[in-house]
Amino acid sequence: MPEFQFDSFAAFLAMGDYAIYVWPVYILFALFFVTTVLPPILGRRKIIRQLKARLERMESNMAEQGEGN
Amino acid sequence: MLAHRQQRLAIVLFILFGTAVAVGLVLVALDEGINVFYTPTEVSSGMVPENQNFRIGGMVKMGSVVKDGLQGAEVNFLTTDFCNDVLVSYSGPLPDLFREGQGVVADGYIDNGGVFQATQILAKHDENYMSAEVKASLDAAEEHDAEVCQQ
Amino acid sequence: MWQWLYKLGSPRWFYELGERSLPWLWGATVFLLAVGVVWGLAFAPPDYQMGDNYRIIYMHVPSAGLMKGCFYMMAICSAAVLIWKIKMADIVAKAIAPIGVMATLLMLASGSLWGIPTWGTWWIWDARLTSSLLQFFIYMGIIVLRSAFDSQDSAARACAVLTLVGVVNIPIIEYSVEWWNTLHQGASSLGMRDASANPPEIWIPAFFTGFGFIGLFFIGLILRSQNEILLRERRTQWVRDLVAKETAGA
Repeated sequence: MPEFQFDSFAAFLAMGDYAIYVWPVYILFALFFVTTVLPPILGRRKIIRQLKARLERMESNMAEQGEGN
Repeated sequence: MLAHRQQRLAIVLFILFGTAVAVGLVLVALDEGINVFYTPTEVSSGMVPENQNFRIGGMVKMGSVVKDGLQGAEVNFLTTDFCNDVLVSYSGPLPDLFREGQGVVADGYIDNGGVFQATQILAKHDENYMSAEVKASLDAAEEHDAEVCQQ
Repeated sequence: MWQWLYKLGSPRWFYELGERSLPWLWGATVFLLAVGVVWGLAFAPPDYQMGDNYRIIYMHVPSAGLMKGCFYMMAICSAAVLIWKIKMADIVAKAIAPIGVMATLLMLASGSLWGIPTWGTWWIWDARLTSSLLQFFIYMGIIVLRSAFDSQDSAARACAVLTLVGVVNIPIIEYSVEWWNTLHQGASSLGMRDASANPPEIWIPAFFTGFGFIGLFFIGLILRSQNEILLRERRTQWVRDLVAKETAGA
C-alpha cells in the first residue's frame, strides 16, 4: 500500500525545494480542466437562450400572420 | 457517386503523402543541422565548426569529475561516447542531474589546448524513473556483488 | 459496426448519446484525476535523481499524449469531411481543436518547468521541443483559419486540408528523439516497455492521470459538439422541442 511520502504538511508544500516548479504545473492543470469544460457549459446556456428567443419571435410572427388573414 | 468519393479519397491521400514527402525531403536536406549537439567522436575528428560556439553531448565518464580542476576551473570532466573522450572545463551552476554516468550537453568552444571550454552545462535525462529506495537497494546489491567478486 | 458509425454521423443521435454518456464520463474522470493527482503528488515515491520534481511528469506525459491523440482524431475527422462530406465529422474536428491547444500549452509549460532544475534550461531548440512548438502553431492556425471563413462548408474543407497537412508533424514529434540527437530524452515508457526501469509505484499514478485526461477530453468533446449541433440544427423540430422543454421550467 502506498504511503504518504512527506514528514509534514509543510514538507509536502515544499516538494523537496521543487515547489516553484511542481505547484505551478498542477495549477496550470486546474486551468486546463476549467478551460476544457466551463466555456462550453456557459456557452450552452447562452445558445439555449438565443434559440428560445428565436422560437418566441417565430411564434409571434406566426400569430401576426394569423391575425392578418 | 462512388467515383466521386474515390476521387476525393485520392485527393486526401495525395495531400497526406505529398506533405510527408515534401517535409521528409526538407528534413533530409537539413540532416545534421537538426542535431542539437556533436558527439565526442565528431569533435575528435574535427567535424565541428571552427571559431564558433557549438554543443557537445555525451556521457559524463565515470570517475572523471574533478572539482577545482585545471586553470582555476570549478569543474573538469571527460565527456564520452564510449569511443572517444573530450575534456570539458567549466565554471558555473550545474543542473541537478549532472552526475557521472549521466548524459550531458555542454555549450562552448574548443580552446588551443584542445579542451572544451563550456559556458553552459545541460543535463540529459535517460527516460528512466526509479524510486530513491529501489535505487539504494540496487546499489547495495551491486556493491555486495562487487565484494563477492573480489573475494 | 458500420451501422453504428452511420448513426454517429447523425447529429441528433450523437447529441443524445453524449447526453447519456456525460454522467458516467464525469464520474469516471473526476475519480481518475483525483486519485492520479493525489497519488502522484503525495504517495508516489520520489525519483532517485530528480526527487519530487519528477511529479511533473504525471501532467506532462498525459498532456503530450492528448496533444498527439487530439490531432490524430482531427485528422480522421478531416478525412471523413473531405471524402464522405460528413457534417458531424466537421463538428467534432471543430470541438477538438481548442482542447488540443490547451493540452499542448500544458505540455510545453510543464516540460519547461521540469527542465529548469533538471536540464538547467527551460528551453532548447532541439528537434523534439521545436516540433512540439510547431504543433501548437498548427493548432492555432486551424482555429484562426476556421474563423476567417463566412461559409461553413468552405471553412470545413479548408480546415480539413490544413489538418491533413499538419498531421505529418505528429510522427516527427514522436520519432524526433530517435532520428536526431536531442536534449529531450526518449519516450517515457512508464512501465509499458521496460517494467524494471519504471517500476509500478511510479507509473500507476500516470495510468490514472492518463485515463483521466482521456475522460476530460471526451467531456470537452461532447460538450462542445453538443453546442455546435444545437446551433447548426436550430431549424429542426427536435432542437425546437428540446429548447422548449429546457426552458419550460424558467
